[in-house]
Amino acid sequence: MAERLKVNPTRMELRRLKDRLKTAVRGHKLLKDKSDEMIRRFMEYAKQNKVLREQVEEELEGALKSFVLAKAVSDEYAIQEAVVMPSSQITLSASTKNVMSVVVPQFELHKTQGEDKYPYSYGSVTAELDDSISVLTELMQKMIKLAEIEKTCNMLADEIEKNRRRVNALEYVMIPQTEETIRYITMKLDENERGNTVRLMKIKSILAEKQ
Amino acid sequence: MREGKIAVIGDRDLILAFKAIGMETFAATDVEQCENLIKKLAKTHAVIFITEDYAKACEHVISRYKSTAYPAIVPIPSGAGSTGYGMENIKKDVEKAVGTDILFNKED
Repeated sequence: MAERLKVNPTRMELRRLKDRLKTAVRGHKLLKDKSDEMIRRFMEYAKQNKVLREQVEEELEGALKSFVLAKAVSDEYAIQEAVVMPSSQITLSASTKNVMSVVVPQFELHKTQGEDKYPYSYGSVTAELDDSISVLTELMQKMIKLAEIEKTCNMLADEIEKNRRRVNALEYVMIPQTEETIRYITMKLDENERGNTVRLMKIKSILAEKQ
Repeated sequence: MREGKIAVIGDRDLILAFKAIGMETFAATDVEQCENLIKKLAKTHAVIFITEDYAKACEHVISRYKSTAYPAIVPIPSGAGSTGYGMENIKKDVEKAVGTDILFNKED
């Protein structure tokens, strides 16, 4: 049994509470629908996220392994010299997107490719470095996509949790309390009404006896 | 719309690879330095890639940026291979949102 609110059992209070209950029920329904839709969207993103992360991790691991290998075979300074001035530059244009009124980031990759894919002469380093850099270049797009989706997932999960709290608060606290109070006030008012009727009948019978 | 930059935080050896393809790289040698780097880069960069071991160590700093759209901080596996930390995060998200893990439980 829900705790009843501490209000005076008056007609005015009753009307106010009934209005409030109507709003609460409507709000609850809307929030619940929102939550359902958010979870549906979230699952789509989460599945994408999982697949993308698996791919990125696997490919990145391979690329980094060959990079480490290249470093091991060649002179350290040669490698540093080779990569320290990249020929291509990467910039992002970052905007935001609205998913279920959660503001999530959206990235778009701009690459200014230099003349060569590899910013060094082939003589100084081994083929492993070529491999790793070529894979990494391909992977860029996916990594940015992963960043976008992972962030979206994060934020949606947060929002879903918050929303669930709201739904639960309405469903298990606010609505039962209001209903309970409305019942209490109705009963109290009815009781007063009955008391009044009885009193009137009594007075009437006393008056009738006197005549 | 704003112009975003990409940063990579990790061991000196590893981040050279990312330098070669035109990302901005920042070397971290210990956890404290890494935390400061994250705080600094969060203001200027849209995406920060960070190697898993550091991401794990700086979790409390990273979690601070989880609820805002920027920056997106993404853990990436280091040269030694993936520790599954990134997957763990997806799993946590799903658990948080749905209440139970319905995406990964087939494998467990």
